[in-house]
Amino acid sequence: MSATREQVFPTRMTLGLMKTKLKGAEVGHTLLKRKSEALTKRFRDITKRIDDAKQKMGRVMQTAAFSLAEVTYATGDNISYQVQESVSTARFKIRARQENVSGVILPQFESYIDPEINDFKLTGLGRGGQQVQRAKEIYSKAVETLVELASLQTAFIILDEVIKVTNRRVNAIEHVIIPRTKNTIAYINSELDELDREEFYRLKKVQEKKQLEVARLDAEMDAARKREAEERTKKGEETSIEEQLKATSLNDKKSEEENNNLVAETEDDVIF
Amino acid sequence: MEGVFFNIDNGYIEGVIRGYRNGFLTSNQYLNLTQCDTLEDLKLQLSSTDYGNFLSSIPAEGLTTSVIQEHCSDKLFNEFNYIRNQLSGKSVKFMDYITFGYMIDNVVLMITGTIHARDKGEILSRCHPLGWFDTLPTLSVATDLESLYDTVLVDTPLAPFFKDCFDNADELDDLNIEIIRNKLYKAYLEDFATFVSEEIEEPSKEIMLELLGFEADRRSINVSLNSLQSDDISDDLKRSLLPNLGKCFPVVTGMLSKAHDFESVRAALGNVYEYRSLLENGNLEDQFYQLEMELCRDAFTQQFSISTVWAWMKSKEQEIRNITWIAECIAQNQRERINNYTSVY
Repeated sequence: MSATREQVFPTRMTLGLMKTKLKGAEVGHTLLKRKSEALTKRFRDITKRIDDAKQKMGRVMQTAAFSLAEVTYATGDNISYQVQESVSTARFKIRARQENVSGVILPQFESYIDPEINDFKLTGLGRGGQQVQRAKEIYSKAVETLVELASLQTAFIILDEVIKVTNRRVNAIEHVIIPRTKNTIAYINSELDELDREEFYRLKKVQEKKQLEVARLDAEMDAARKREAEERTKKGEETSIEEQLKATSLNDKKSEEENNNLVAETEDDVIF
Repeated sequence: MEGVFFNIDNGYIEGVIRGYRNGFLTSNQYLNLTQCDTLEDLKLQLSSTDYGNFLSSIPAEGLTTSVIQEHCSDKLFNEFNYIRNQLSGKSVKFMDYITFGYMIDNVVLMITGTIHARDKGEILSRCHPLGWFDTLPTLSVATDLESLYDTVLVDTPLAPFFKDCFDNADELDDLNIEIIRNKLYKAYLEDFATFVSEEIEEPSKEIMLELLGFEADRRSINVSLNSLQSDDISDDLKRSLLPNLGKCFPVVTGMLSKAHDFESVRAALGNVYEYRSLLENGNLEDQFYQLEMELCRDAFTQQFSISTVWAWMKSKEQEIRNITWIAECIAQNQRERINNYTSVY
């Protein structure tokens, strides 16, 4: 299962790092989840408003198209051309501003009518001027609805995208990052335990070796003492028992010192 | 005695016109049209009327309101040309006068397009076929009124109408164009009225003067109402836009030109019996159409008169508008207003 954990060196420091990371991931997860919920709430609100605006648009556009039919009835064919030609600057304008919803910037369009500009007020002077003005008003309303719908739609698309991204992040943290960090921590822990066990075992081994060595040395000592005794019995009784005893105790001390040195040496060896 | 020699020149045409008149859609036929659910039904209903199978070459999916309107107008145009070609003498001049109104519209349209540097072909395709004259395409060379007059319009029948337009407007802009259009129309109506009263015999004269007077009144009332919101038009300018004939002239015309709000327009109109109730109820345009149609219907009651051509033209135009309106209502599914057409026959 090495795919679900990070490739780290199992040390205590990395363990510490991983634990901080896990904590961070959990905090981030809750935060993102909350953000996603806030956005979804807003999203639902906007969807509802889009629905309303679209239905309103249907009605308004129908009235508008019909008022155009009225204009044609009252004035004749070429009125739309005259209107098109006599318009030079836009009367109906749009201001864009930004709205911040949990860190997402949504554009908002605001329409306003420039009262200074009134281009075709004389169109249809001789005939149907009132219908033209009325159609103008109705169409202004229609465009207003369209602008409203446009800002809602833009917000809808942006929010949709952001919600998707946030949800992806939440899911990634929940299902990938957190399990992986947890796995890594478990792995480091198990590796550290393993190291502990190895160490313990090795120490035990060393201990065993030491004991074997001591036993061997003891045997050697015994053998040497025996030989000495035999030689001495051959030579006769030159030395007194007291001297013998002295020598033995001296030898014992020496061998003990030697033994200590040996242990130290072996220990060094193992470390290398 | 006035009708004795009428049939020598105009008898045939009057017969034709009266035949056309019997082909107008009756209120029963309108009722049938309003019952239609689709434009296809409408086409079927129209094919049993005088329009015949004029839409037969249009496939069902290409059938729109504008197509229907276009074909109706084509039919009118062809019939008008037929009549004009059958006439001679003063009657031809009378027919020409009828077309001058459309010419004015075309000229103004052309100038508008020229100011905004539009493609000539595009504008020409929008011009009314009845107002077509040979030099119309060359209008696009002109940038100011003087050169427009000198190079192009001096050769057209519209030249005399321009004599009033030179005082203040030498730069052509949108405001001036609308004013020029109305001045031209005023001059045209007055000239037409002079022609009718000098050259045309009774009873056509009487009927025509009545019809022209109505046309002038309609323009006066419309101009004075529509200019209420505009500060650019002074009283004098407004006065020069109002035709000097009709029932409103001279007293009410003067009052109208000085009116600055709706109430004073209404007070001015209160002095004319026919228009007294005009602003009281309903849509002004609709009431004008209704009045016009009644006048046109009455115009057919007189024998031996060339004015039936005018009455027929106007009635036919109204009929096309009615058909377009009904078609529009069907296409846009606005049933509740479908009966808003004007039918008198």
